[in-house]
Amino acid sequence: MGFFLETLFGGLMSGMLYSLVALGFVLIYKASGVFNFAQGAMVLFAALAMARFYEWIPRWLGLDSKLLANLLAFGAAVGVMMAVAWLIERLCLRHLVNQPHITLLMATLGVSYFLEGFGQLLFGSDIYKIDVGMPKDPVIVLDRLFQGGLLINQEDLYAALIAAALVAALTLFFQKTATGRALRAVADDHQAAQSIGIPLGRIWIIVWSVAGFVALVAGVIWGSKLGVQFSLSLIALKALPVVILGGLTSVPGAIVGGLIIGVGEKLSEIYIGPMLGGGIEIWFAYVLALVFLLVRPQGLFGEKIIDRV
Amino acid sequence: MLYRENGQFKASYRADQQIFPILQDRVAIGLLLFAAFVLVPMFASEYLLRAILEPFLILSLAALGLNILVGYCGQISLGTGAFMAIGAYAAYNFEERIPGMPLLLALLLGGACSTAVGVLFGMPSLRIKGLYLAVATLAAQFFTDWAFLRIRWFTNDSSSGSVGVAGLEVFGVAIDSPARKYLLCLAFLVVFALLAKNLVRGAIGREWMAIRDMDVAAAVIGIRPVHAKLSAFAVSSFIVGVAGALWGFVHLGSWEPAAFNIDRSFQLLFMVIIGGMGSIMGSFFGAAFIVVLPIFLDALPRWFGLNVDTALSSHLTYMVFGALIVFFLIVEPHGMARLWSTGKEKLRLWPFPH
Repeated sequence: MGFFLETLFGGLMSGMLYSLVALGFVLIYKASGVFNFAQGAMVLFAALAMARFYEWIPRWLGLDSKLLANLLAFGAAVGVMMAVAWLIERLCLRHLVNQPHITLLMATLGVSYFLEGFGQLLFGSDIYKIDVGMPKDPVIVLDRLFQGGLLINQEDLYAALIAAALVAALTLFFQKTATGRALRAVADDHQAAQSIGIPLGRIWIIVWSVAGFVALVAGVIWGSKLGVQFSLSLIALKALPVVILGGLTSVPGAIVGGLIIGVGEKLSEIYIGPMLGGGIEIWFAYVLALVFLLVRPQGLFGEKIIDRV
Repeated sequence: MLYRENGQFKASYRADQQIFPILQDRVAIGLLLFAAFVLVPMFASEYLLRAILEPFLILSLAALGLNILVGYCGQISLGTGAFMAIGAYAAYNFEERIPGMPLLLALLLGGACSTAVGVLFGMPSLRIKGLYLAVATLAAQFFTDWAFLRIRWFTNDSSSGSVGVAGLEVFGVAIDSPARKYLLCLAFLVVFALLAKNLVRGAIGREWMAIRDMDVAAAVIGIRPVHAKLSAFAVSSFIVGVAGALWGFVHLGSWEPAAFNIDRSFQLLFMVIIGGMGSIMGSFFGAAFIVVLPIFLDALPRWFGLNVDTALSSHLTYMVFGALIVFFLIVEPHGMARLWSTGKEKLRLWPFPH
């Protein structure tokens, strides 16, 4: 029982991390109808920027406070991601308005190739460390209830808390601010939003910046877990089943989807994996999402797809 | 001046329905085929045949298969690499386990296995649509990646799924030199291109296009979505499977599952989008572009006598590749096939455009 709970808990927390990446997909799809395959590359780019600025900034300014260096590096990385967002809107999306989904998807794939190359050209292609001071030691909880208690990774716990805080902040931003309302209006209907004077271009830059910020947070958390390297861009592939399971248009969907996928993945790896020879995590997530989609084609919380003839 | 159809009257239904209605087109295609079948194997260097033409032909075939699904039937698939892998490994198993199996039959049976799996993974398309389907097809990709790596039976108990074939033979002719391999691939491509062209202009192709344009409307006018979508998945994965088998048997010789990973799927989708969705010709253009571009980008600095170290040049290649894709999509979202047909239209009127 203790082992089962431990797996369950580990699954929930890694699911939280997937949903952090998935959130980036959902934000952009909601506001611009673009399925952004470059999200993984953006995570890599942001994490690389953060890791390198953390090395460079103390050297430029002669600081030796770790906290200050981290804060400055984070700020600089946010700036870089905003610049990237602006460039993507300016050079790419602006010219592709009203194209079919598949063309936009391919364009973001092109963007992701570009970002992967550019990021590594600019920041180097070695493995870098991000150290934001998250505690790494595992803790044991509930040892009175179970034999040996539950082993929980503190780092995961903090990451999950940060993810939850980010989601709360984004929900507030979307529901309570004027910009958030404008974003929802654009998501609902481009033309109607434009006709009441919402500047589409600026909204898109904001959305891509927010997605860049989410990518940065995801990059920092994943990067401090795994180290910043090229394979970081592949976590987008882990987040895709989360996105479709939760629904492309739903922020809470990304969270719930992430939790389901995270738990499903871990439990299947432990309880079904040995029967099939192991390593089933990656396709199990997709098959799980597929099964859910067969029941609800728009994902758990997605908007109902209505066909009009 | 040369390219015009004045005076070419169509006096029968047969003449009206031929693939190339203009005489000049027929002459051009005849010359092209002659050059491809006779001149190229005689004069092309081994490098050209092996490194450029062979991949081009096989990937065109795969792109052609994918184009039927994506371009004609409108079902986005990100799992093409999986169907190539199934074709390759199934053909390998037929070749290995059945003594005296002829090569051509093994390749076609590989395609048939791919068809079966393609139809299976096509079933969700009846309920899931659009981008949801695109992501769902990744299930096929990751599942086959895993299956050929972990299930030993498929790969004849070889470690890490790597298998190889040797001693290819078609009708008693050994396929050993690059020129013969090239000719085998070319023959496959020509036959399948002809078949595909005739399929898409026949009744079934029209059903696919109706489904692509709007599936509810198509169902209302009496097209069965089950039939149309699954037949598109079947035909597409058959062609892709044969291409995969050719890629393994003829081009690589020995391969492992990573040869058909997700990057291959994206590459093929790029070919279809850049070449032109819903166009047989487009598949060739797209394949040529995507095959030649990296080789060209790789060789470019050397022509100028610059010595770029490999890491830098691979990053630069990534950047230029990505930027060119975006550029192409912006300039001509309908792909190179559209440029080609615009060019032909212009040429018809040239030099008196009125």
